[in-house]
Amino acid sequence: MNEQQQTLWDFMRQQSGKLLEQTVQHIGLTFISLFIAVLIGLPLGIFISRRKKFSGAVLGVAGILQTIPSIALLGFMIPLLGIGPKPAIAALLLYALLPIIRNTFTGITGVDATVKEAAVAMGMSKWQVLTKVELPLAMPVIFAGIRTATVINVGVATLASYIAAGGLGEFIFGGISLNNTNMILAGAIPAALLAILFDFLLSRLQKLNIKKLKTATATLPLLLLVLSSFYLLPSAYGTKLKAGFTPEFMGRRDGNLGLQSKYGLKISTVVISDAIMYKAAFEKQLDVISGYSTDGRLKAYDLVVLKDDKNIFPPYYAAPIVQENSLKKFAGLEKILNLLAGKINDSTMTALNYKTDYLHQSPEKVAKDFLVAQNLWRPAQTGGEGVVRIGSKIFGEQYILANIYSMLIKGYSHYDAATKTGLGGTKICFDALTNDQIDFYPEYTGTGLLAILQSPAKVVDSLMVSPQATYNYVQDAFEKKYNIKWLKPIGFNNAYALMMRRGQAEKLKIKTISNLKRYLESR
Amino acid sequence: MIKVQHLSKHFGKVKAVDDISFEVKEHENLILLGTSGCGKTTTLKMINRLIEPSAGSILIDNKNISDQQPETLRRGIGYVLQNHGLFPHYTVAENIAVVPQLLQWDKKRTEKRVSELIEKLHLTKDQLRAFPGELSGGQQQRVGLARALVADPPVLLMDEPFGALDNITRSKIHAEFNALDELKRKTIIMVTHDVQEAFELGDRICLMDKGKIVQNGTPAELLFHPKNNFVREFLQEQRLSLEFKSVKLLDLWQWLAPKPPPKGGGAELSADLGVWAGMEHFKFRSGDTINIIHKENNESKSVGFEQLMSAFYQYKQQQAHE
Repeated sequence: MNEQQQTLWDFMRQQSGKLLEQTVQHIGLTFISLFIAVLIGLPLGIFISRRKKFSGAVLGVAGILQTIPSIALLGFMIPLLGIGPKPAIAALLLYALLPIIRNTFTGITGVDATVKEAAVAMGMSKWQVLTKVELPLAMPVIFAGIRTATVINVGVATLASYIAAGGLGEFIFGGISLNNTNMILAGAIPAALLAILFDFLLSRLQKLNIKKLKTATATLPLLLLVLSSFYLLPSAYGTKLKAGFTPEFMGRRDGNLGLQSKYGLKISTVVISDAIMYKAAFEKQLDVISGYSTDGRLKAYDLVVLKDDKNIFPPYYAAPIVQENSLKKFAGLEKILNLLAGKINDSTMTALNYKTDYLHQSPEKVAKDFLVAQNLWRPAQTGGEGVVRIGSKIFGEQYILANIYSMLIKGYSHYDAATKTGLGGTKICFDALTNDQIDFYPEYTGTGLLAILQSPAKVVDSLMVSPQATYNYVQDAFEKKYNIKWLKPIGFNNAYALMMRRGQAEKLKIKTISNLKRYLESR
Repeated sequence: MIKVQHLSKHFGKVKAVDDISFEVKEHENLILLGTSGCGKTTTLKMINRLIEPSAGSILIDNKNISDQQPETLRRGIGYVLQNHGLFPHYTVAENIAVVPQLLQWDKKRTEKRVSELIEKLHLTKDQLRAFPGELSGGQQQRVGLARALVADPPVLLMDEPFGALDNITRSKIHAEFNALDELKRKTIIMVTHDVQEAFELGDRICLMDKGKIVQNGTPAELLFHPKNNFVREFLQEQRLSLEFKSVKLLDLWQWLAPKPPPKGGGAELSADLGVWAGMEHFKFRSGDTINIIHKENNESKSVGFEQLMSAFYQYKQQQAHE
């Protein structure tokens, strides 16, 4: 429990090294992409101000790029540029492009036509008209564009942690997954401050007296270059293999912290989103990843789980957790949800996940096929007696479970079911449940034990041996603390696991985490 | 000096300028006069190649301008715009020094020339460090003129240079304009829609309509020998004041009695001035006579108001019978 009492300040001080590193990475990411965006956007803006017929097309394309959700854009970058800073910079660059191109174009076309005519009539060449008249006069507008781009970039750069490019997003997303408010704030506050600070500084630059504009114009590229160079810092110590862990895994005792303390594992690590981690391992961008043992992509990408020979990963048995109030409100709901108890074991779950993740079947279809095969499927009855709200976290397995429960509720009662899928991480899902935004969602015993209850190490160690003991403990604690009921386990254990490509693991004869450690330490 | 031959400019199907020809002699001040859309500004802008003609040619000093680099050509032609077109991010001094900078003059030469010009144009040294936005309209227009004159180009093009000024400032600048020695050495083409201005400043006036030249002649020729009704009607409204402005005291010489000036009485006026200027003296000064001085044959005559009017009337009679 001590973690919750720890103040934000304590956390930041304790993590100051990491915080500094992330801030520097964040600034570097923001400005290196901004710098390149200026290098591309400025000439492009000038070009379309000269050839107006291209302006629609160029601004249109830049505008479309702007509307692509940032996570999706990062996703598109991976097949092209792999993981790490390169795709992050490329994605940030694309976001920064529109304001820079548009403001350059607007600024230049907005220069008084009489002044331009005078410049030409004085005998200036096209280049002289541009550099002596148009650019200086357009500069405040161009600065405003760069300013907008900077603020956008500071914000979007938090997402860079999804693709192993570092930045303050590591704390933010780690904190969300770990239900650690201090950690979220330790990332979010500096990010917000950076945005405010850079916006302020650039606004000063923008409002400089027209006399000093020349100095300002000369300062900006220099400033961009210096700030960009922040990113060229040496990365973590190199080892023979490269690991990619989710932000959640990085901060968990049953994750990277446990690997370090119990196994003494030292491996160079990048932080990466769960969504692209498996693919990155398959494409040999990464060698070791922190996956889930029932993940369908395990099968799809031919990865093997390393045996946890020192038992640091606690059991993660899935079961629906429900608000007591909801159980009262919807009579018979418990019985319906328990229809699924014990029906899905590890291999069944992996197979179901494989269907959605790899065969790209919709979760609805997979859910229905499963229920039909289990003889549990019934056509939906007429609803009208209230709506049960089902939550799910943002990965495939939870989507399937949410769909199965939805079909069961509609088939076995006169309730309607609304699925609220894609609630970010544990914290978002659990907060939704305690704040009566949803009635239930499938949770895992290990997550309940560690991330939600934040149980002390002693308790965790004592429970680690038996899955049943863990289940009993969280069931009891949730009831008392949150008035939330754990229903019967569904059957499978979606525990954390380290995994490697099958070929590489066999070649290096790595079967357990201890094997991995020995290999890394061998010369 | 400047020869315009069969010049045309078409914008799509619109003939902005339609096959016009005219000549401007050295040190002459030609006014392109007409209503908006008559093609006068288009004509002007073709002379420094801000607009390329659809047909025809322009020669300056017998050299076809289309054979020259546009930038080089323009550096040798002064250009004054209606809304001054000063660079808002340059100081007055920097604005005036634009062309010298393009021509890569050394610093001292530029400074010397700039201070010479601001003196002639009644600007102060303090204003050199000001930005155009901090000056009044009249001052801005003077800076615009200084910028055009700085490299002492033989040719000056002026596009409604005083159009944005109020009446009082304008007549003040007109007077300065007429007195400025720098301008006497220039071949000037000026565009205006203001008939009074054309008659006050022009040696010759080229009246344009619908892309064509209607009449090209001296102010007196336009007034007393209009080519057609268009010219007559164009000048009708302000006819009387135009006549007083365009007829010079010199033109009346033969009808003025050879009366030597009394000792110590009356104002002295040059015979180059218009009748209007002579009349103004009767209005504002005490004394019954003015002394008109004919510089070329070193004569002078003393004239009263009634004599002046009578001589003007006789001049008009003669013009009508010619």
